[in-house]
Amino acid sequence: MSVLAVADHRRGELRGVSFELLTAGRELADAMDTELHAAVVSGDTDGFADELNRAGVDHVHAVEHGAEFNHDVYVQAVAALAGDLDAAVVLTPNSVNGLDYAPAVATRTGRTYVSDAIGLDHGDTLEVTREMYGSKVETTMEVSDGPYVVSIRGAEWPAAEGVGDAEISTFDADIDEDAIGATVNGFEEVGGGDVDIADAEFLVSVGRGIEEEENIALIEALAETTGATLSSSRPIVDNGWLAKNRQVGQSGKQVTPDVYLAVGISGAVQHVAGMKGADTIIAVNTDPNAPIFDIADYGIVGDLFDVVPALIEEFGGEAPSV
Amino acid sequence: MKVLVTVKEVAAVEDDFEISGTEIESTYLDYDLNEWDDYAVEEAVQLAEAGDDVEVVAVTIGPERAEETIRMALAKGADRAVRVWDDAIEDTELLDVETKARLLAAVVEDEDPELVFSGVQANDDSFGATGIALAETLGVQWAAVVNDLDTAGVLDEGVASVRRELEGGVEELTDVELPAVLTIQTGINEPRYASLRGIRQAQSKEIAPKSLDDLGLDADVVASSLDITAMYEPETESDAEYIEGDAGEQASGVADVLRDAGVVGE
Repeated sequence: MSVLAVADHRRGELRGVSFELLTAGRELADAMDTELHAAVVSGDTDGFADELNRAGVDHVHAVEHGAEFNHDVYVQAVAALAGDLDAAVVLTPNSVNGLDYAPAVATRTGRTYVSDAIGLDHGDTLEVTREMYGSKVETTMEVSDGPYVVSIRGAEWPAAEGVGDAEISTFDADIDEDAIGATVNGFEEVGGGDVDIADAEFLVSVGRGIEEEENIALIEALAETTGATLSSSRPIVDNGWLAKNRQVGQSGKQVTPDVYLAVGISGAVQHVAGMKGADTIIAVNTDPNAPIFDIADYGIVGDLFDVVPALIEEFGGEAPSV
Repeated sequence: MKVLVTVKEVAAVEDDFEISGTEIESTYLDYDLNEWDDYAVEEAVQLAEAGDDVEVVAVTIGPERAEETIRMALAKGADRAVRVWDDAIEDTELLDVETKARLLAAVVEDEDPELVFSGVQANDDSFGATGIALAETLGVQWAAVVNDLDTAGVLDEGVASVRRELEGGVEELTDVELPAVLTIQTGINEPRYASLRGIRQAQSKEIAPKSLDDLGLDADVVASSLDITAMYEPETESDAEYIEGDAGEQASGVADVLRDAGVVGE
């Protein structure tokens, strides 16, 4: 029995969530009184395995196969390794690639799948804490019928540190090439263009609270009057109201400005992942319970359609009527 | 060809709500089509419009109430719908991923589509797993978090060339063989509003109910391994300094913060 944490990497680098997985995995292994194993599939497995050898890891398994993520390789490799180790829990990141293989590993190996955990414990059975309805509520659920595959949310556990004394070995997963039906042809950076929001010192960022496309003019006027750069949360880009290069968040840009003024942004976890490194966060939102206030330094509970025109006026500008 | 779209009616929670036991009281819930599924429906309808003789079938697991939501998919262009429901499902608090995949797989096996579109996740329980678990249950290919699909490749070459939206503004370009399940990300298209004509036509489109028995499944398929033991509002961790007053006073307070931070002129 063991806990098996499967690392995430892309284009030659382990992603940060890999080390958070080790922390979550060590805690869970302690609760279950068992060993923590880590696995890395594909890429620079030697280098990655050394990096994954952090304090608390008992064993690192490297599966050599190709350079980049391929879900068919991952499903085969993780299923084989989990079976070989008789792993009680397979821990994966709730990343975009995690979404592409973890449910299939669970289905193939007859494991129960729970995603996006923000808390884990094991008493009589596995206990998982996760959110529902956006971030409105948290639930704790008991999950019977192990073994399990559980994906964890990024930035909920600290990264494991220190050098460990794990045994490092290669695992021959006996990958069936004929069963690989997905071909990864390459990568493309998107969201380039005239402006790089990651360079800005002061971002005025607009979210769903703006309601209509024509109201964006109000936020543009605020940015212009204050000399800020305009950015946004995902729904604004999904709606085509601003270009992709303006998007802050997990799938957009990570930004670290001196000041981040969030206007009508509720603060979903995917958005916060992209801007929590800002020095000063100011949030304007009508909902006093909006999660954006959890990370804001300054909060304004109010209607952006009142506050923003007043702010434009404060700096000598003229608010467009929207 | 045939395209199947999985759709889910989800509950959105009002800003102020109350929890009773391990559920949100129903008076605070508003039901709507899952946001991701709206994009999945649009992608299927666009494929049908681009090709000859492409049938779009919407499938849902949901009670009779969900028909209102399914009609929205029909009004936007899906040809017909299948609604899976059963007393045994009604009695289950929270269906696990395996159960949802097995229920949908039974419908897919009946319908035998070349493509299945499924939203990346649902607004309510956000497992983000049904589509991929469905693909693996069926033994077909898949791609998760798709934000672009080459329609011509599907129609002319029988391959799904997709872009998967990775983190940090990077997209992965991947080809998967058909049949396949694609989980559809928001922003892949611009979902249309149902036209009055579409809404009228939807009234006469078929929504076929299917029980477990109809699908050849036993009641034990819905036995869930998930037992919600607690539901609560997250503790607020806010240590924000709130700027009070009317809009003018609040704006003035924000202006002071901006000036102190040195990001605007004095």
